[in-house]
Amino acid sequence: MLFESIKMSWENIINNKLRSFLTMLGIVIGVASIIALITIVQGATKSISDQVNELGVNKITINAMGTPLKQGLGQDDMINISKVDNISGISPTISGRSGIVFNRKVIESVLVEGKNEVYFKTDSSLLKSGRAINILDLESKNQVAILGNNIVNELFYGVDPVGKELIVNGTTYNVIGTLKASSGFGIGSNNDTVIIPYTTALRSLGVKNITSLDVFLKDTNLADDTVTDIKAVLNPAFNYKEDAYTVFNMGDMIESLQSMMSMMSLLLAGIAAISLVVGGIGIMNMMLVSITERTTEIGLRKALGATPNRIQLQFIIEAIFLSIFGGVIGLILGSLIAYVAASFIGIGFSVSIATMALAVGFSAAVGIVFGYMPARKASRLNPIDALRSL
Amino acid sequence: MAEILKMHNIYKSYFMGEEELEVLHNVNLTIHNSEFLSILGPSGSGKSTMMNIIGCLDSPSAGMYILSGNDIDDLDEIQLAKVRNKEIGFVFQNFQLLPRLSALKNVELPLIYTGISSTERKKRATKILERVGLSEKMQNLPNQLSGGQQQRVAIARALVTEPTILLADEPTGALDQKTGAQVMELFEEINREGRTIIMITHDAGIARYAKRVVNIIDGYLTE
Repeated sequence: MLFESIKMSWENIINNKLRSFLTMLGIVIGVASIIALITIVQGATKSISDQVNELGVNKITINAMGTPLKQGLGQDDMINISKVDNISGISPTISGRSGIVFNRKVIESVLVEGKNEVYFKTDSSLLKSGRAINILDLESKNQVAILGNNIVNELFYGVDPVGKELIVNGTTYNVIGTLKASSGFGIGSNNDTVIIPYTTALRSLGVKNITSLDVFLKDTNLADDTVTDIKAVLNPAFNYKEDAYTVFNMGDMIESLQSMMSMMSLLLAGIAAISLVVGGIGIMNMMLVSITERTTEIGLRKALGATPNRIQLQFIIEAIFLSIFGGVIGLILGSLIAYVAASFIGIGFSVSIATMALAVGFSAAVGIVFGYMPARKASRLNPIDALRSL
Repeated sequence: MAEILKMHNIYKSYFMGEEELEVLHNVNLTIHNSEFLSILGPSGSGKSTMMNIIGCLDSPSAGMYILSGNDIDDLDEIQLAKVRNKEIGFVFQNFQLLPRLSALKNVELPLIYTGISSTERKKRATKILERVGLSEKMQNLPNQLSGGQQQRVAIARALVTEPTILLADEPTGALDQKTGAQVMELFEEINREGRTIIMITHDAGIARYAKRVVNIIDGYLTE
C-alpha cells in the first residue's frame, strides 16, 4: 500500500515537472543557504582556530604592567612561577628599543628583545641559519644576537650575517643566527626584531623588568588550574594590587572564539531557516492548488474504494517527496556555493554529515508539517461534491 | 434469485440554509441478483441522490439500506470505502478516467485499493479490456480514445473488481446515438453473463435496454 502511494505521488510530481520544480525552489534556496552559511562559517572558524593554534594553545602569557613599587616581573618571580605544577617551560621577554649599527649602516630604534632558550625550543622552525640562544649564553650573559629577516635584508644585503659583529646600544654583539621571515601580521611577527639573551638584556638594555612571560603547559586541560596557581604566586608579589598584571590563556581565547563563531553560525542558520519556512508555505500552497485541481480525481478514487487514509498518505508523501528533493538539490547547490566561496576566501571546505542530515531532515519535516493540512483536506473531500464538480 | 439490495422506507432530505428539502420520499426497492434495472426520471427528480445512496457515497436521512447483507448505516468511512471497492462498479456519464494514465492503468486503479499485487492487477485489467474489445488500445491515454472507447475503458474499470452491482449514471449521456447503442449492447451482454446492473437515466429510449424499469418523479419511486 505504501509502495503504491509512493508510486502515485511520484507519477504526479513527474507529470507536473515545472510546477513541482518551482514548488521545490523555495526549499532548494532555504537548504542551500543553510548549508552554504554553516559550511562557510565552520570553515572560517577552523581556519582561525588553526591560526591561533599555531601561536600556541599550550601557552599562558603573563603581562606585567606593575605597580609603582614593583614595576614588572623580576627573575625571582620567574623562578617562583617555574615551581608551579604543569609547567614545561617559561620564556620571558624583555623588550627595549635601541639603535643598531653594522658596517656604518645604522637603523634607529630597533625592537630588541631578551629571550631564553625555551623560546627557541618551542618552535623549531624559528631559525633560518646559525644557532639558537643556549643556556651558556644566558649564564654568561653573552653578547650574542639573532636577527629578524628585515634587519638582515637591510643591514647585511648580500652578506651572511652569522659570525659578523653588530653594535647594539653601543656594545658589540656577535651575530649567531637569523630568523625565518615570519608571515604573521602584527602579533607574532619578529621580522624587525633583534633577539639577545634575556640576561644580557637585563644588564645592558637599561631595562630592569621582564615585560612578559610565556608559560608553556604540559597539559592544556589543566590550564585553568595553572592560571589559578600562577595568580597565587603573583598576587602576593604585587601586594594584591589588581591590574598589576594580566594572565592570558590562549586556550580560553580559542574557546571564546569558537563559541562566538558557533553563535554566528546559529544566527545565520536561523535566518536561512526562515526561507525554509517560506519554502514550506510554498509547498502547502501548491498542494492546495493541486488538490483543488484534482478534486474530481480524489472523488473518483474515493468512489473506487480509496479510504481517507489512503488519500491523505498519497498527498503527504507527495509533499515529503517535493521537500526532500528540494533538500537534496539544496544540499548540492549549497555545498557548491560554499566550495566556491571557501576557495575564494581561502578557508577550508568540508560539509559534515551532521550538516547534511540536518538539511535533509529539516526539509522532510517541512514536507510533513506543511503537507499535513492539505492532505487532510483532500482526504475529507466528499466524493459526491468532488464528482459533481466536473 | 438472491436478494442483493434492499431499500426500505428510505428518506433523504437536504438543508438549503434554513429550509429542509426532501428529495426522496419513502423509497422502497428490492433488487435481485442478475437483474438489469433502469431508474428513469427527469432531471431534479432525485435520481442522482438515488445513485449516491445505492453507491454508498451518501447515506439516507431515514430508512434502511441493505447491500449484500450489510446494513450501510452501521458502517464507518473506511468500511464504506471497502464496500464501494468490492460491491459497486461505477460508470459515470463523463467516463471519469484519469487523463494521465493509460487505459490499462485506469482499469487497474480500483484493484490498487483492493490491495492486489501489480502483476495480478495487470493480468485482470488486460483480460477485462480484451472483454470490452479494447485489446489494441491498452496503452493509449484517454484523450487518444474515442468517446465510446473511453466509456468501454470506464466499464472495464467498473467490472475489474467483479462487483456485485454495476452502477451506471447516464452512461450514454456524453455519446452519440450509435455509440450509445453499442455501449448499451455491451451492458446487455454483461448482464447476460450474470452481472447485476443498475442504470440511472433520463432517456426512456436507453432505459428500454433494461429488463426492469422504475420511474422516479419528484422523489417518489414507482414501478
